[in-house]
Amino acid sequence: MVPRKDVLLRVSDLRIEGYSDEKWVEIVHGVDLTLHKGEVLGLIGESGAGKSTIGLAAMGFARDGCRISGGSIEFDGMELTTTPESDLRALRGSRIAYVAQSAAASFNPAHRIIDQHTEAPIQYRIQKRVEAQEDAMQLYERLRLPNPGEIGFRYPHQVSGGQLQRAMTAMAMACRPDLIIFDEPTTALDVTTQIEVLAAIRDIVDQFNTAAIYITHDLAVVAQMADTIKVLLKGEEVEEAPTEQMLDSPKEDYTKSLWAVRSFQRPQKQRPSEPDTLPIVSVQGIDAAYGKTKVLDDVSFDIYPGMTVAVVGESGSGKSTTARCITGLLPPTKGQILFKGEPLPPRYQDRSKDQLRQAQMIYQMADTALNPKIRISEIIGRPAQFYGGLRGAKLKNRVDELLDLIELEPSKFYNRYPPELSGGQKQRVGIARALAADPSFIICDEVTSALDQLVAEGILKLLDRLQQEFNLAYMFITHDLATVRSIADEVVVMQRGKVVEQGPKDEMFTPPHHPYTDLLLSSVPEMDPNWLTTLLEERGTDAIGEAADV
Amino acid sequence: MGDILKLVLKRLGLGAITLLVVSILIFFAVELLPGDIAQAVLGQGATPETVAALREKLGLDQPAVFRYVHWLGGALTGDFGVSLVSGERVSAAISGRFVNTLFLATYAAVIAVPVSIVLGVIVALLRNTLFDRVANVLTLTSISSPEFFLGYILILYLAVKTNYFPAIASLSADMSFGDLLHRTFLPALTLVLVVTAHMMRMTRAAIINLLASPYIEMARLKGVPPWKVIVKHALPNAWAPIINVVALNLAYLITGVVLVEVVFVYPGVGQLLVDAVAKRDFPIVQACCLIFAATFILLNLAADVGAILTNPRLRHPK
Repeated sequence: MVPRKDVLLRVSDLRIEGYSDEKWVEIVHGVDLTLHKGEVLGLIGESGAGKSTIGLAAMGFARDGCRISGGSIEFDGMELTTTPESDLRALRGSRIAYVAQSAAASFNPAHRIIDQHTEAPIQYRIQKRVEAQEDAMQLYERLRLPNPGEIGFRYPHQVSGGQLQRAMTAMAMACRPDLIIFDEPTTALDVTTQIEVLAAIRDIVDQFNTAAIYITHDLAVVAQMADTIKVLLKGEEVEEAPTEQMLDSPKEDYTKSLWAVRSFQRPQKQRPSEPDTLPIVSVQGIDAAYGKTKVLDDVSFDIYPGMTVAVVGESGSGKSTTARCITGLLPPTKGQILFKGEPLPPRYQDRSKDQLRQAQMIYQMADTALNPKIRISEIIGRPAQFYGGLRGAKLKNRVDELLDLIELEPSKFYNRYPPELSGGQKQRVGIARALAADPSFIICDEVTSALDQLVAEGILKLLDRLQQEFNLAYMFITHDLATVRSIADEVVVMQRGKVVEQGPKDEMFTPPHHPYTDLLLSSVPEMDPNWLTTLLEERGTDAIGEAADV
Repeated sequence: MGDILKLVLKRLGLGAITLLVVSILIFFAVELLPGDIAQAVLGQGATPETVAALREKLGLDQPAVFRYVHWLGGALTGDFGVSLVSGERVSAAISGRFVNTLFLATYAAVIAVPVSIVLGVIVALLRNTLFDRVANVLTLTSISSPEFFLGYILILYLAVKTNYFPAIASLSADMSFGDLLHRTFLPALTLVLVVTAHMMRMTRAAIINLLASPYIEMARLKGVPPWKVIVKHALPNAWAPIINVVALNLAYLITGVVLVEVVFVYPGVGQLLVDAVAKRDFPIVQACCLIFAATFILLNLAADVGAILTNPRLRHPK
C-alpha cells in the first residue's frame, strides 16, 4: 500500500466523445480517477474499454476524432480541460510524459534516438544539448541498455524492440516528469524481453518517485507494476481496489470472468497407438534461408491426424518460416516435407490442387488477411468454389453451413463486409475460409494474439470443437504459453531457427526442461504480485540482461 | 554506400535499355509519317530523277532497319546527321537551343521547387483553414489553365499594360545576366504557375499522410510545437514522394515547354521541334525526341536515388 500523499491527478466524471458516422458518440462515460504522487495506477480492460483514451486525457490530449466533452481533469492544481493548448503543450514531455505501445513505431525513423531524447529538455531549456546527452546516457545505463554511451547515437531501426522500449522509457524520464502514462509498453514484446522492460520500468519509476498510469490488458503484468488497479469496460469503471485485494477477491462478475480466462484447458491427446499410422505432416530436416541469411537449421517434427502441435518461440525463432516452408511459399534449401507419407513438391506452384486443398492457413491479423471490399459470403465461398467446384444453390448452402459452424448467423453475416465485423468475428471468418477447402491440416499462425482474452478463448474453444468434429490436425504457432497450455497435445520449442526441445505437452511443462524452455516458461508473468521480484532475485539482475539481449 | 552505387549502376543500365527501346519507337514512328522526305524537301516541281538522286544521297533507298542501325551508331557518338532543310549539323542546331531550354527550365525550377515545398508545408500546417483553401483554389486554377492562356494573361498585365517585363523573350549574345533574367522572367513565371500546384499538393498530401503515425503523436505528446512537428518530424519522412513529383515536374519543364516557347518566341528546343515537324526535318525531330526521353529517364533515376538517400533505413544499415 502506498501511504497517503499529495494528490497529483484528480479526474472526475470524465466524458470523452468520438466522431463516427458523422456524429459524436460518447465513448468514455464519466470515469473518476485519483492518483497520488509516486503512485502507480493500473488501468485494465479489453480493447474498446477506453484505457488509452483516458490515459491520453490525463495529458489533456485527445486524438484526432476524439474530444473531451465533460468532467474535470485536475493535474497538480491545474484544470486541464480549460487550459489553453499552448499551456498544455508546455506540460507535455516536461511534467507528464508518455510511453507508447510500439516503440518501433513511435520513434521517428529519420532521427537518432538520442536526438529524440534530448528534444524536450532542450526545448524546455532544462538542459543544453551536451548535458542532455550525458543525462540520456546515464538514464540508458540505469535502464541497463547495452553500450549506454553509444546506443543513443543509432537510428531506431538499428536497435531491437526491447531496447527501444527501454530507450523510450528513458526518453519519458528526460525531464523528470511527475507523471508518466505507460500505454501497453510490453504488449508487442516477447515474454523474455518483457521481463527486462518491466523490471527496468519498475526500477526507474521507483528511483525517481514518479507517479504512473500503467495501461494494459494483461492482468499478470499489471499485478507486478501497479499499487492500485482499476478495471474498465466499454468506457465505464467496473471496480477499483489495491492490487492484492483486487487479485484475491474481485467483487464484480466481469472482473472475475477476466481472472478466469486462463482456465480453459482441453484434455491432452496421445499419438495414435497403431504403429502404421502415418503422420499427416512430417517435416524432415529442413533448412531455409532468406537470401544469404539462414533462418532454419535442420527442423524436424511430425503432426498426427486430429492432434494439435504448438510451435513456440520468440520472434525471429523461425516459427512462421517453418509454416511458409510447409505451405510451399518458401522452398527449403535442404530436407523434405511429407504429407501423409508422400513427399510434397517444395514449391506450391508444383503442388496438385488436392495437396493445396488439404493444408490451409489462418492468420494472425484477420484485419489484413481478409479483403475489406469483398463480402463474407464470397470470402468463404471462393475456396469452396475453387476446390469443391460448388456453384449456385449448393455453394450458398455450403457457405451457410460454414457460417453455422463458426457460430455466425448466416442470414445476418452473409452479405456483410469485413470492416463491419469485430476482431473476433473476423477471425471466425478466417477460420471458415480455411474450413471451406475441407482440409485435413490447418496452420494457425498466432491466431489469438491480436485478440482480447475473452474473445481469444472463444476462438480456441471453436478451434477445439472443429478439430473434434472433422479430425483436423493443427500446427499452432504462438509465443503465448498460456495458449499452449490450454490446447496443445505436443509442443515444439524453437530458438534461432532450431528445434531445441519437443515432446508431449505434459512432459514439456514438467521439469527438467531444456534451459531455453525453462527461460520461456519462467518468463510468463503470473498473477502473484511478487512474481517479478522473486523471479529477478532468483535469476539475478545480470542473468536477466543477458537473457533478453541474446 | 557500395550498395547505393550498385543500385545506381543497375538503374543506369535499365535506363539505357529503356532509351534503346524509345529510340526504336521514335525512329519507326517517324518512318510511319506519310509522304516522302525527298519529295517534301524538293517540292512539287522536282523531277522523278532528282527525287531518286536525293533519296540515294540521304540513304533513303536503304532498308529501314539498316538506316536505324546507322542512325543509332551515329547518335551514340553524338552525330545525329544533318538537317534536311538547312544542311546544318543536327548537333550544332540543337546544342545552343538545348542550353536555352535548360536555362529556362532551371530558372523556373529554382523558383517553383522551393516555393511549392514551402507552400506545401504551410498548407499542411494550416490544413482545412481559409489559407489552405485559397492556396488550393489558386494553384488549381493555374494548373487548369492552358499555358498559352496564362502566358498571354501575364503578357497583358505585366508587359502590355504596365511595361514591367518585355513581352518577347528574344535573346542576344551580349546580354548581361541580369538582363537575361529580366527578359525571360515572363516565360519562367508561366512555367512556375503551371508546375507549382502539383508539387505543392503532393507535399501537403505526403505530410498529412504521416500525421496519423505513432511517432507524430509521440512528438505532439512530448510538447513539440505544431510547426516543428511538421518540419522536423513529418517532412524528413515525406521526401520520397515529394522528390518523385519534383522530378516529374522538372522533366515537364524541359520537355513540355513548347507552347510557352512559342508564345514568348523563346529560342529553345521546343520551338525548334515544332519547326522541324512542320518542315519534315526528321533528323532534328528524332534527335529532339531522344534528348527528351533521356531527360525523363535521368530525372526519374535521380528521383529514385534521392528517395533512397533520404531513407534512414537505407542510409544507415544495421
